[in-house]
Amino acid sequence: MPKLKSLLDLEELRKGIIASKDPSKQCITICSGTGCHAYASEKVADTFASELEQQGLSEKIDLRRTGCHGFCERGPIVVIFPDEICYLSVKPDDVSEIVSETLVGKKIIERLLYVGDDGKPITHENDIPFYKHQIRLVFGDNRLINPQSIEDYIGLGGYEALGKVLFEMTPEDVIEVVKKANLRGRGGGGFPAGIKWETTRNAPGDAKYVIVNADEGDPGAYMDRSLLEGNPHSVLEGLMIGAYAIGANQGYIYVRQEYPLAVENVGVAIEQMREYGLLGEKILGTGFDFDVIVHRGAGAFVSGESSALMTAIEGRVGEPRPKYIRTAVSGIHGRPSNLNNVETWSNVPLIIKHGAKWFGGIGTEGSKGTKIFSLVGKVNNTGLVEVPMGMPLRDIIYNIGGGIRGDKKFKAVQTGGPSGGVIPESLLNLPVDFDELSKAGSMMGSGGMIVMDEDTCVVDVARYFLDFLADESCGKCIPCREGIQQMLVVLNRICEGTGREEDLDTLADLGDMMRDCALCALGQSAPNPVLSTIQYFKEEYEEHIQNHRCPAGVCKELINYYIDPEKCQACMICMRNCPVGAIDGGKNIVHVVIQEKCTKCGTCLEVCPPRFGAVSKLSGVEIPEAAAGGIKVR
Amino acid sequence: MEQQDLSKVDEIIDKYESNSESLIQILLDVQNEYRWLSRPILSQVCERLDIPMTHAYHIATFYKHFSLLPQGRHPISVCLGTACHVRGATRLLDRVVQAIGIEPGQTTPDEKFTLNTVNCLGCCALGPALVVDGEYRSNLNAKELADIVASAD
Repeated sequence: MPKLKSLLDLEELRKGIIASKDPSKQCITICSGTGCHAYASEKVADTFASELEQQGLSEKIDLRRTGCHGFCERGPIVVIFPDEICYLSVKPDDVSEIVSETLVGKKIIERLLYVGDDGKPITHENDIPFYKHQIRLVFGDNRLINPQSIEDYIGLGGYEALGKVLFEMTPEDVIEVVKKANLRGRGGGGFPAGIKWETTRNAPGDAKYVIVNADEGDPGAYMDRSLLEGNPHSVLEGLMIGAYAIGANQGYIYVRQEYPLAVENVGVAIEQMREYGLLGEKILGTGFDFDVIVHRGAGAFVSGESSALMTAIEGRVGEPRPKYIRTAVSGIHGRPSNLNNVETWSNVPLIIKHGAKWFGGIGTEGSKGTKIFSLVGKVNNTGLVEVPMGMPLRDIIYNIGGGIRGDKKFKAVQTGGPSGGVIPESLLNLPVDFDELSKAGSMMGSGGMIVMDEDTCVVDVARYFLDFLADESCGKCIPCREGIQQMLVVLNRICEGTGREEDLDTLADLGDMMRDCALCALGQSAPNPVLSTIQYFKEEYEEHIQNHRCPAGVCKELINYYIDPEKCQACMICMRNCPVGAIDGGKNIVHVVIQEKCTKCGTCLEVCPPRFGAVSKLSGVEIPEAAAGGIKVR
Repeated sequence: MEQQDLSKVDEIIDKYESNSESLIQILLDVQNEYRWLSRPILSQVCERLDIPMTHAYHIATFYKHFSLLPQGRHPISVCLGTACHVRGATRLLDRVVQAIGIEPGQTTPDEKFTLNTVNCLGCCALGPALVVDGEYRSNLNAKELADIVASAD
């Protein structure tokens, strides 16, 4: 592979790649993101490969394993180009039919298509409601490229923005454009990236660093992973543009060890860039030198905080430090270091290519561009969605997410992960951007959006986040270490039915203290999930405390399983399935839960045939006494 | 206890040119190779990198990925991410505990299974999910779990 020594070399390479691709040639693309991978997309891809071989079609038809398409609910996803026929939930058994019917016979297999609400099948990916309402600027190329092929990326205009920056712009010009675009950090805080870059550029020191934060630790959020897995070059190109603007020659990618595919694809991308001379000395024949090191994180949520992450890169324990001096001034080895998250970096080439004005035309007054969310939980269409900032929550959950699973009632949506809060139904029309979410007591965070229905207990969710944070707090500062523990003690007793009248005030006091006194954002924002649930669902807390009742039927200590003798048909199914033998009864004798033995695992409720529906959860009421000696089924 | 073969430890350290700044990366590779960090392994690493043992233990106990105890041949990770949590991850975890008879963080005495919990596997559409031997599975019931236990060697 010849090294690219000038802009002309890059453009010649691009022309060659485009010319070598016949747009009318059939190509099978298979989503190989982690979601589809979990649905065995690799097997589907392998079956395609052997089927094409067997039918002697390997030369005629291309096969491409792409990054994540986003519609994880219906994976594995197969899209056939050039007609862009989209098949969902494809199994290895479907493969030979797809090859003979669709690829050879040019016929569409209706059973594999998406079926709209009107019962009509939809052939093209972009017409499916899940995709139709999105604007996929950052995430869109995932479906078109093989993430392990730099040629695919270059063929779609990759590294064009880098060329423009190196040959037509000064570092100051670049910072000006990013500032004007008002690109705000996608990792959580929403700090303007351009201002951070400028601070790092102006900070004294010769050696400076740029870093990609791919330590995505929020449970329920996986957009950074999918982006890094699916389009690693877009992140690396953004990083290089930032390095040029800031005056850095060394970059780091801090990526979680738990993301093996992301680690692999980034590694491959870096190798390919080196081979083409896009990393190393005198890039594209200019005076710009740059290289990147991948640092795998070994599993610590707190290490996603900027100062902690930089300490971890130095090979030490990743704990935060007080930031009287910003990491932009004193970061890795005390040198100016600029950290941005994966999605932020990925936006940079787009802004350079299309201009600040274009970027500013998308989104709201204070939040420009798009944002990728992971829409998960009790929603019909689980997946990754990219929408312009300012889209109302309702549109995201109902138009894109297809509403709530199983026709249940919407209760709340949690955004911002362990640092965020819940948003109730009354605020569903809230336009989603950095400022509106903060005003509502939540935050954007990295973009997790967890939908909850009536069967979710918000007290339990608040306890869940605190439990997570208690585990992840590094323990360096007392407000966080002890504050989370004490809040957890209070929440545990509320969930166990021993809550006290003054508990809500205690939680508020502890929360205030932590917001003011904790060392880093982990501790400062830890009370958010608790305080925002109290703000919007105070009655639910009070039910737990005063009436020992969990209205959603989640908190184990507050519920009992009960078999309605009027409905039980004595079919023995629950008796046989109960793992602890806590069900009494027999053939023709109505079954009864022995409360003393019951571990409340819920198996009886799950296995009771829906046509009987005899098992239910009771909370806050007396359990009716069972008739002595058992009653016969009527 | 039989002597551990530490030659792979040396190979890994050589790959990182005995750079003590790469300690976390070295320990990650060693953990992946040996499935745990034994005392002989850690002392070898510290000797080669010329760092105190306390430093290595600090790292090995701070980060979740490291284990100071032998791990089972079949790791099971139950996802407790938020999406899985609201879809019943706790009940799934209860079923797993029931099926293999150990609590999270423990290894079965025959070193067959190690049970762990993780905070989001990033396959929220499958939730509640778990990974067994690298394979992602969705909301397994008691019978499916029993089959996994029976078929593991």
